Amino acid sequence: MASVAREWREIPGRYNLIGTKCANCGKIFFPSRDFCPVCRRKSLGKMEKHSVCRTGEVFTYTVIYDAPDCNNRLKPYAVVMVRTDDGVMITGQLVDVDLESVAIGMRVRAVLRKLDADGASGVIHYGFKFVPED
Amino acid sequence: MRDVAIIGVGVTKFGELWDKSFRALGIEAGMKAMEDANLSGSEVDGIFIGNMSAGRFINQQNIASLIVDYSGLASNNVPATRIEAGGASGAVAFRQAVMAVASGLNDVVLVGGAEKMTDLDDVSINSILDSTADAEWEAGMGVTFAGLHAMIAQRMIHDGTATREEIASFAVNSHFHGALNPNAQFRKAITLDTVLKSGPVASPLGMFDCAPITDGAASLVLCPLEDARKHTDSYVKVSAAEQASDSLGLFQRSDITSYGATVKAAEKAYRRAGITAADIDVAEVHDVYTVSGIMALQDLGFFKKGEAGKAVLEGRCQLGGDAVTVNTSGGLKARGHPIGATGVAQIVEVVEQLRGSADKRQVEGAKYGLAQSSGGTGSTVAVSILEAI
Amino acid sequence: MEVGIVSYGAYVPRYRIKPEEIGRIWGVDGKAMGKGLMISQKSVPSPDEDVVTIATEAARHMMARVPQVDPADIGAIYVGSESHPYAVKPTSTIVAESIGATPAMTAADMEFACKAGTAGIQACMGLVGSGMVRYGVAIGADTSQGAPGDALEYSASAGGAAYLIGSEDVIARINRTLSFTTDTPDFWRREGQPYPLHGGRFTGEPAYFRHITSAAKMMFDAMGTSAADYKYAVFHQPNGKFPTRVAKQLGFSPEQIEYGLLTPQIGNTYSGAVPLGLANVLDHAEPGDRIFVTSYGSGAGSDAFDITVTDAIKGYQRGRAPVLEKILSSPVYVDYGTYAKYKGKIVMPE
Repeated sequence: MASVAREWREIPGRYNLIGTKCANCGKIFFPSRDFCPVCRRKSLGKMEKHSVCRTGEVFTYTVIYDAPDCNNRLKPYAVVMVRTDDGVMITGQLVDVDLESVAIGMRVRAVLRKLDADGASGVIHYGFKFVPED
Repeated sequence: MRDVAIIGVGVTKFGELWDKSFRALGIEAGMKAMEDANLSGSEVDGIFIGNMSAGRFINQQNIASLIVDYSGLASNNVPATRIEAGGASGAVAFRQAVMAVASGLNDVVLVGGAEKMTDLDDVSINSILDSTADAEWEAGMGVTFAGLHAMIAQRMIHDGTATREEIASFAVNSHFHGALNPNAQFRKAITLDTVLKSGPVASPLGMFDCAPITDGAASLVLCPLEDARKHTDSYVKVSAAEQASDSLGLFQRSDITSYGATVKAAEKAYRRAGITAADIDVAEVHDVYTVSGIMALQDLGFFKKGEAGKAVLEGRCQLGGDAVTVNTSGGLKARGHPIGATGVAQIVEVVEQLRGSADKRQVEGAKYGLAQSSGGTGSTVAVSILEAI
Repeated sequence: MEVGIVSYGAYVPRYRIKPEEIGRIWGVDGKAMGKGLMISQKSVPSPDEDVVTIATEAARHMMARVPQVDPADIGAIYVGSESHPYAVKPTSTIVAESIGATPAMTAADMEFACKAGTAGIQACMGLVGSGMVRYGVAIGADTSQGAPGDALEYSASAGGAAYLIGSEDVIARINRTLSFTTDTPDFWRREGQPYPLHGGRFTGEPAYFRHITSAAKMMFDAMGTSAADYKYAVFHQPNGKFPTRVAKQLGFSPEQIEYGLLTPQIGNTYSGAVPLGLANVLDHAEPGDRIFVTSYGSGAGSDAFDITVTDAIKGYQRGRAPVLEKILSSPVYVDYGTYAKYKGKIVMPE
């Protein structure tokens, strides 16, 4: 069984898309970074928590047929790279969607779903997935 | 810095080698390379092994020591180092060996690349492949390695820089050559229709867009160029062995339809070799998925963006074609992709081409050959250029 | 102090199965079964949905409608359900984290069959009314279980709604709440068992009807009201038939319970049922509307509420989250095989 700590420490990003913003140049990063790859030293101590926008647009997508075990009951399923409305690129699943309708440019919204579980007895891993925007 | 030569090559049969263990494969390739270089073994003063994941595939870490032991070199206490760089492990091990010889630290170096994949079930194997992408924010979100490449392909098609047929044609090219390679996993030419109609893996990619799961090993022997003739008449010069990195996650890039690391490593390699892409006669590129092969041909400068697919579809990269001949070994798709061995096997193929010993796959008069190997989704890329002597 | 509903949010999974499809598998006239229960379809959660994700979605909708409320001012979160994903480890902490309410707060999971959600509302009222917390969140949500082939399988569904209870900007004042509680074993699920059992027809008169009518009459007495004083009424709805009958017994007309009765189109969402019915009423409510609510939880008890919609509902930003009509507008129908796979009724290797 995997360590629970590994998932636990990612909760802010997994649940709420908490990333970081460089106070020096204003660039937003997801997942969080300890310093800005653009400003480097100048950004030290200036990285602020930033809640990334939960809505955005599909940049590219695929429908996965050869799926990992955690998605046995969900396959085939769509995966997307989303450009959020504040300009951050995020990779995740797109669920509750007619697979035929998935397209580049489609509007989506992040929700909380089960990503995986450590078997029947272990912890359940929750995190964001996307759904079509209402 | 000294110029470096490759004086021996060895490769095992690639495929589902149920009766061969990891150590047996590694030793077989190594012995062949030593024999090819006319060495007894005692001359070797350094070993570099490319291997991605023996720890997970066969639950064996510290494999450099294992290889030294079963090569019979443990009594000489030869230093051995295992290199991991995802799918580029073998190519990066080769580059480390080149650096060791060029610097003067080592005089005769054995390079090995090996992976034993079939001792594990398919789901576990896929999970290992997925882990070469960002484990937390790609694989952990339910995205497979094939899925990441499929998203690249989808974007290319959307941008109009490749059609589905053009992308698929890369597998036709690889299989055409694989049919001519006695060591290839798949020795059968295929049609475009076979690729297009293969079972879906991650749309638009199907089964025939993906490199298979393979066991195998490959090996090289390096020495200073000035010493090469002492050992053999049949050797090639290493003109460049370059490497570049990019973000681990595909989503961190400004452009996902080109690998910046390939572009950068290729630029450095051409500069070091003093040539341009137009001088390359034969190239082995990392077609772990068809789409990666198409991208590589553009990023290496053989074609402009949006033109590689058309060229491959027209057969221009096949033996006898008018462009650079690509993946004469069969590539990752048809020769097979034992991950750690792949980068080394690419070099073996280029050496065979430049020595004129590639038999039915021979590109006549090949002078310059290139190998491009990628780890993750282009997060580590090695580009090497070899020159016929 | 005026205590009431400051905001609310609802969520129902997108998938549906019809009674005739369930009946087709078990050799039962599903259509007739559905007609008897007054259920035309029921909601089915996706394999990646559970009480945590449903409660979170409802809570996020609730928070989206009150941008002026700082989640850090939420002092308590209670999630009521009989299908918490963990036997030990709270749903409520995950929901709290998901809406940014942690860490200076209290949280707990509640279980009282189908009335754990309304019990949470009562607990929050106490905390807000006493001044212990500024806001409390009460959620009723379930992904309820019906044993394969059992009558419950035709109704047990998934959904939930969340309520922000406070004393500022109250859109619906809770004038009074009271409960009627006894030990009545009409329905239960033992620890470690996947499916509940029930007492068949015993679940009717001595259980559902006795508790709801008793609580309702206590409320009428306490407030000096009768059914005619209310614009809307919401009753627990294990099927469509029971609430329709109990409403009639108490003197309510079909029009009064129309908005509050969702079970015919989504099935029995258990702890989510009354909260969802009330959410649909609030989706349509105007200032001054008086709402009568009585939940029922097996085992057994009923919580009654007397609620008045305030003028504040005019400024309430309901449109910042989808109303129930919208949430229920794009159902996707699944066959029994898909339903069994989604609900984890097919045993797979771990």
